[in-house]
Amino acid sequence: MTTMPKIDRRSALLGLGASAGALAVGTRFTHAQSTAPIRIGFQKHATGIGAAYGRWYDATTQAAVARINEMGGINGRPVEIITEDDGTDPKRGAEVLEKFASQHECDVAFGTLYSHVVIGSAPRAGELKLPYFVVSEGHHVASGMLNRYTLQPGITDVKSQVQSMAPFVGANLGKKVAMIYPDFAFGHDHRDYFSAAIEAEGGEVVAKIAIPPTETSFTRYFPQIPRETEVVYHVMVGPAVLTFVKEMGEFFGPSRPEIFGFIDSLEAVAIDSPGLEFLEGTYFWEGNPRYAQENQTEWDAAYRDAVGVDETGASVDDARDVSTYAHMFGCWETLNVIKAGMEASGYQGPADRPALIEAVEAMSEMPEGMDHPQGPKLFNGRTHQVFGQQFISQVRDGKLVVAHTASIEDGMYEDEVDYTMQPF
Amino acid sequence: MSERLRTDALHLGVIALLVVLFLTLPTYYAGNLSRIMVLAIYAIGYNLLFGYTGLLSLGHAMFFAAGMYGYGLTAQLAGWPALPAFALGILAGAALGLVVGALALRTAGVAFMIVTLMFAQSAYLTILYFGTWTRGDEGFVVPGVARVVLGIDLSGETERFVAALILFSLVLLVSGRLVRSRLGRTLVAIRENEERTRMLGYDATRLKLIAITVSAALSGLAGAAYALLFGYVGASFAAVPYSIFPLLWVLLGGAGTTVGPLIGVFFMFYLIDTASGITLAYMLIAGLALVLLTLFAPQGIAGLVRRRVRWLP
Repeated sequence: MTTMPKIDRRSALLGLGASAGALAVGTRFTHAQSTAPIRIGFQKHATGIGAAYGRWYDATTQAAVARINEMGGINGRPVEIITEDDGTDPKRGAEVLEKFASQHECDVAFGTLYSHVVIGSAPRAGELKLPYFVVSEGHHVASGMLNRYTLQPGITDVKSQVQSMAPFVGANLGKKVAMIYPDFAFGHDHRDYFSAAIEAEGGEVVAKIAIPPTETSFTRYFPQIPRETEVVYHVMVGPAVLTFVKEMGEFFGPSRPEIFGFIDSLEAVAIDSPGLEFLEGTYFWEGNPRYAQENQTEWDAAYRDAVGVDETGASVDDARDVSTYAHMFGCWETLNVIKAGMEASGYQGPADRPALIEAVEAMSEMPEGMDHPQGPKLFNGRTHQVFGQQFISQVRDGKLVVAHTASIEDGMYEDEVDYTMQPF
Repeated sequence: MSERLRTDALHLGVIALLVVLFLTLPTYYAGNLSRIMVLAIYAIGYNLLFGYTGLLSLGHAMFFAAGMYGYGLTAQLAGWPALPAFALGILAGAALGLVVGALALRTAGVAFMIVTLMFAQSAYLTILYFGTWTRGDEGFVVPGVARVVLGIDLSGETERFVAALILFSLVLLVSGRLVRSRLGRTLVAIRENEERTRMLGYDATRLKLIAITVSAALSGLAGAAYALLFGYVGASFAAVPYSIFPLLWVLLGGAGTTVGPLIGVFFMFYLIDTASGITLAYMLIAGLALVLLTLFAPQGIAGLVRRRVRWLP
């Protein structure tokens, strides 16, 4: 279908005047732009269901920008973070992107976690021609649902995470898996991707137990777990997770199967909290190990120090203030990717946004270091998605101890889109 | 000047003002007008039921979502072009309004509020339950081809504004005529004294069912328009807050006035937008403003104006 070219607002009325004005001040503007800060719009979940994540995403972002500025900024210009609360709501998220592009005149937008906010905002990013770097772990970017202006270069996606868990689960915990997951899109992703991945390992999912999002008690679901189950796979996002764990402990008692879960539910929650004793000996996926490990890298130590997190993953100022350590490194690493992309493209202003995106698309290997303290990464410019190592930790004496590190290759999958084919 | 002419002139003046604002405001504020007009259509639909008929629904998000998903799913799954999908969205809102109205109108007052709330919650959970197709809470992006109408891509700023303006103008002008029509005046009579209206020989239940259906159709139109113009369909629009918002907009702007819904949306939008730049507790500021307005202007902003300008429709 042929579509008419888009009409520039008010151009018919104001075009001549604006052109004359631009000519008159052109030289001064160019000079001002070269020294003005790079403005990065931070779409923060300051309120709503994502607030616990938003607070730590903010702390990580501020620390990363402080480091970048200490190193001289980007292309000789300081970096300024413009923060707007999206309320963890897709409608407000889209409005916030409009504020970044049109009111704050940001160069790029960044930092969104919750998938529905990303998906609700991304169309506007594409329309506003605003590069949108998300830290969401959703598969929405690599699935091809979004657009060329949306990228996820700092954190792996759920498909990759789930897929890379299956070899360890199948080889070490058991082949017959009962899955308990929330009955919404995030849970369905786990159900679908893990089912396929464990079958590839010669295992099978013997039960798929979907929990309605409004559920507050889980006792009636546990009897649905078949007796033959060797591993219970759980991913319960939301405040009901404490009840879930407590009731699961009451149901199984001392003779439980192996249990594997995703830490998402327990981010910002102390693993030794009263009621979570049943988790002792169970396993968790972690994007980045919350507890400093014996083989801690110098990069992780420096990153913890910069962000203000101690060796247990809690704030250095308050041991009860547990961070969202498994995810928030994505903000740190994404900002460093933005910096690298702007430097590679010689970014000067909004006119260089396509060049910035092309520069990021051209990236591939990202070595472990201070820019990537979680570990080495491999970026796929066609799908706009990064791949990295994953961690499986076991709860031992109330601490999370890494039992296995899944390789980058464990999480790779076939391309589902080639964004580089889309026009700017 | 007759009342009818004055009303039409006022509405045309509002439409002209929106055009002027679009041409003169800075880009960010001009861009907001499209969203405000779409939400104002939703508020006008709500106002027809609440402001003119006196029925307080706490479940209108289901009608908004019916329009949104009616349009979005047919475009996404069946590959329908924009206009037929959009028409189906409106139809979905109206059909759901007819069914829910037929059941909910067996109740009245507080029970009506609770029943509509429960229906809306059921609709929300239904969207999550059929996540395979709806993508549940995450939602989905509307295909680009389904946002092209008569060869015009509505994802452009000006095109979006013009489309929103056309829809809003039609709804404002038609609703302005509707509330002054025989039907509209009968609805007001039901609001003022339902028993007396029945005694005069009117079938109040049938008229209220018509009001719910038209209100739901307008809400569905707004939902479909939001998806068409902003490219996103998601379950959060079916959740409880989106049933409360139109009530707040109408209360703020002025229940039972034709321009009140637009004023209410405008006021609330910029109240939150401005307050969020000052403090994280911006909803507290919004709440405080609502309390003050309720105390000092219980009939809303347009209601306040109506005290001086008696003919305000």
